[in-house]
Amino acid sequence: MNNSGKIFAGLAIFLLLITLPLWYSAAFGGATEKPDLKIVCDAKECVAPTAYMTAYHMDLLNEWRDEVVRDRDRLYTAENGKTFDKSLSRTCMNCHYNKADFCDQCHDYAGVKPYCWDCHVEPKETP
Amino acid sequence: MGIDRRKFMKFAGLTAALSLAGKPTFGALVEEDSLEVTPPLEKLDKLAADARAVGQPLTARRWAMVIDLKKCHDAENCKDCIHACHHTHNVPEFENPKDEIKWLWKEKFEHAFHEQEFEFVQEEHRHSDTLLLCNHCDKPPCVKVCPTGATWRRDDGIVMMDWHRCIGCRYCIAGCPYGSRSFNWRDPRPFIKDTQIDFPTRMRGVVEKCTFCEELLARGQLPACVEACKEKALIFGDLEDPNSEVRKILSSQFSIRRKPALGTHPEVYYLI
Repeated sequence: MNNSGKIFAGLAIFLLLITLPLWYSAAFGGATEKPDLKIVCDAKECVAPTAYMTAYHMDLLNEWRDEVVRDRDRLYTAENGKTFDKSLSRTCMNCHYNKADFCDQCHDYAGVKPYCWDCHVEPKETP
Repeated sequence: MGIDRRKFMKFAGLTAALSLAGKPTFGALVEEDSLEVTPPLEKLDKLAADARAVGQPLTARRWAMVIDLKKCHDAENCKDCIHACHHTHNVPEFENPKDEIKWLWKEKFEHAFHEQEFEFVQEEHRHSDTLLLCNHCDKPPCVKVCPTGATWRRDDGIVMMDWHRCIGCRYCIAGCPYGSRSFNWRDPRPFIKDTQIDFPTRMRGVVEKCTFCEELLARGQLPACVEACKEKALIFGDLEDPNSEVRKILSSQFSIRRKPALGTHPEVYYLI
């Protein structure tokens, strides 16, 4: 056990490094700042329940995209019986026109880079 | 080899300490964020009302366009239709003709109809431009060569594009005998004068072309170029409907199509 000092020191460094993602933010802050969305929408409900939209809006948008472009199916009937235009710019962004404080908040936090905005036009920050 | 009590206690203690230390950071990672939304319902109702208020879609079994070149020539240098089209669809304007994006454009008669051109062709044709656009062929070669299904012929005859699926291979550009397709060599955004929020732009590496304004037809409106033409030189309608204007014109007047010998069956007809 002549080398026990080196071995344990090495192990300690290894443990420190491998757990870096867990303690880094606690030590230095930043990464786990929770997304702070601003909901400027004055509507009471969305086209689907909030919990569903939070988790699955990307799936809904993909469905809308395919149905509109490929199947010419442009109207979405929500669970509450209301009918909407399946449109990111006409429907979604009509309420959530604050992309930076709404979309980007979570996307930046989760490290996802949706390419919607490569083509679809981001509304100016006024309703 | 077993583990003695002393070692067990050490490990248990260490594990507990580690998990306690880890909890707050883990907690921050996984904690649910509850979104509270409150105020009124009016906005949603307004959106729903807007969706209902949209006109009934215009439908057809085979969309076609007739271009009356005489009327078009009468209004010399008029580019109302081109401006309307390119404005509606966020088509960029590049200075370098190599980068040019065109949905609707003018070309010399002898270039558009090279098989009709001859030494003594009527002067008005020799000197006037011919309006060109995607021919929305019945047998579109661009569709056959597209490897991703990003372009296809709809059952109403429109040769449609799904820009989400275009990978920019440009086979369709090679396949189209009419030069109707343009490739975005550069990011088009800075070159769009007045960006329309309702219609997407394209991105670098995507092919684009005229879609017969399918997004307007879906809202019960005629294509932008047809609406913009003061001379009424552009006539749009359903070829399968015997009472449609296009059908009546085609059965009463002589018309030509571009490169009919290729067998692509273009659906844009020219009255000369």
